[in-house]
Amino acid sequence: MINWQWTAKCNMASGIAKWVSVMSAPAMGTTKTAHSDLAPKKKKGPGALATAYLVIYNVVMTAGWLVIAVGLVRAYLARGSYHGLYYSIEKPLKFFQTGALLEILHCAVGIVPSSVVLTGFQVFSRVFLTWAVTHSVREVQSEDSVLLFVSAWTLTEIIRYSFYTFSLLNHLPYLIKWARYTFFLVLYPMGVTGELLTVYAALPYVQKTGLYSITLPNKYNFSFDYHTFLILIMLSYIPLFPQLYFHMMRQRKKVLGHAEEYKTE
Amino acid sequence: MDTVVFKGTTAKESLLAPPPILPPPVKRPKAKKTKKAVVFFEVEILDAKTKDKLCFLDKVEPNATIGEIKSMFHKSHPQWYPARQSIRLDPKGKSLKDEDVLQHLPVGTTATFYFRDLGAQISWVTVFLTEYAGPLLLYLMFYFRVPFIYAPKYDFTTSKHWVVHLACMCHSFHYLKRLLETLFVHRFSHGTMPLRNIFKNCTYYWGFAAWMAYYINHPLYTPPTIYGEQQVRMALVLFLFCQIGNFSIHIALRNLRPPGSKTRKIPYPTKNPFTWIFLLVSCPNYTYELGSWLGFTLMTQCLPVAFFTAVGFIQMTVWAKGKHRSYLKEFRDYPPLRSPILPFIL
Repeated sequence: MINWQWTAKCNMASGIAKWVSVMSAPAMGTTKTAHSDLAPKKKKGPGALATAYLVIYNVVMTAGWLVIAVGLVRAYLARGSYHGLYYSIEKPLKFFQTGALLEILHCAVGIVPSSVVLTGFQVFSRVFLTWAVTHSVREVQSEDSVLLFVSAWTLTEIIRYSFYTFSLLNHLPYLIKWARYTFFLVLYPMGVTGELLTVYAALPYVQKTGLYSITLPNKYNFSFDYHTFLILIMLSYIPLFPQLYFHMMRQRKKVLGHAEEYKTE
Repeated sequence: MDTVVFKGTTAKESLLAPPPILPPPVKRPKAKKTKKAVVFFEVEILDAKTKDKLCFLDKVEPNATIGEIKSMFHKSHPQWYPARQSIRLDPKGKSLKDEDVLQHLPVGTTATFYFRDLGAQISWVTVFLTEYAGPLLLYLMFYFRVPFIYAPKYDFTTSKHWVVHLACMCHSFHYLKRLLETLFVHRFSHGTMPLRNIFKNCTYYWGFAAWMAYYINHPLYTPPTIYGEQQVRMALVLFLFCQIGNFSIHIALRNLRPPGSKTRKIPYPTKNPFTWIFLLVSCPNYTYELGSWLGFTLMTQCLPVAFFTAVGFIQMTVWAKGKHRSYLKEFRDYPPLRSPILPFIL
């Protein structure tokens, strides 16, 4: 079934699949890819070494998030309740979520055909929530909203990293592709809800303790109010989240579009 | 009717509106010394994206310029004034210049051009004036402590630190200088830029101006402590030196270009010592601008000013590198010693 490979090549996420095939061709553009809008402009795509590295990276990340998933399930079974599960996966969560910073490097170096800015933005927002909110404000760690976004992230990342792994190996099962472009419909809003509720829960503690805030007077004539900053962060979700969500929906139509020809709505 | 070549493009043409007495060879040369057998061109303009035929012009003079063709196109499509037209030979190619002459382009006697709409345009002068007037006025509002910025007990008070007054004078002088240069000194290559730029640019300038002004004029402002008065004095000297330098460069660049033209020449040092930096740098106006803001940062010892200086430096470096590259491309004999913005470094 070559069909899915064709449509896949015309979109961002499977740009990776594209340059796997580019790599096997002697020169750029000799494969049957119509250059998608995300075609690596100057670079030929990763060499064999970069591909090997990326496969390892994505496998490790998939495994890491699986560890977190298993950790959550085991802790739930052990405790018998949803509360306070954060503590059981705190360390692997921090490790693997922070590790995602490498993905910005991958884009910057060119072995992954995504925008540095977009990737940076996404990774930073995750890292911000992990460290600057959940880690820094101890009182929110027992909130249920934390479990909400952690489970959303976990499920999303397991699917996403296995998607990349299989794409790199040129053996992408349709199920994984379908999952990647379908689960987000629920997981994305779920994660956003969890994130917003967590930030909101942190506000009173930040205000009370003046966490990460600088007041006047000081010799550099600068001030920063972390409380206000967090409120602005929450407000920024309003314009940003719909854009990202609808972008993914458009991607979904493009990638899975052919399947819907056979469906009767 | 014996056709005038294109309707009313130049004043000269309309003066030559056909007296019916003239013998009618269709090939009628203009006042230029062309031979009698002039081959008129046909021009078709297609949409670059959809390839729809948008306009067909016949009997176009071979020495018609792209600018004139744009005017003609504007007549048939009034919503696309010439400033927002991009005419090119290839749908994905570069825009042709207004000065390009039809017969010197690699086209046959039926020329096909592709059109791209650049979107609503706004003149550079308008954008510059707006983006510079904002900081001038906003800063003064903070300086005079207009109500609703600081606590009510400070309304309309003035700072007790003399460096705050000095900073206000420097900042205001800087933007006043920019406004006057926009009106009287600069000779712009392009008439217009996309409309959305004014929002982007004004947000940048106005936002940063308000942010800086808030702290410098704050009742709890702390004047420079590291080296105190000496620091402020040296910073002022640096600031003034670079303001004069920046102005000298603007004048030198203006003098490279006759009024109303868009010529580009290599700038060289003049008798003015402030221009001798051209020996080492392609865009010394940016170098001096950086120096001015460094001076202002040291003078006020204010972190937001340092941020503004840093961001401005990054942007100016990008511009300087681009300018340097186009100098190198355009002029074979470009002096090799020059760096884009910082001598020997960047």
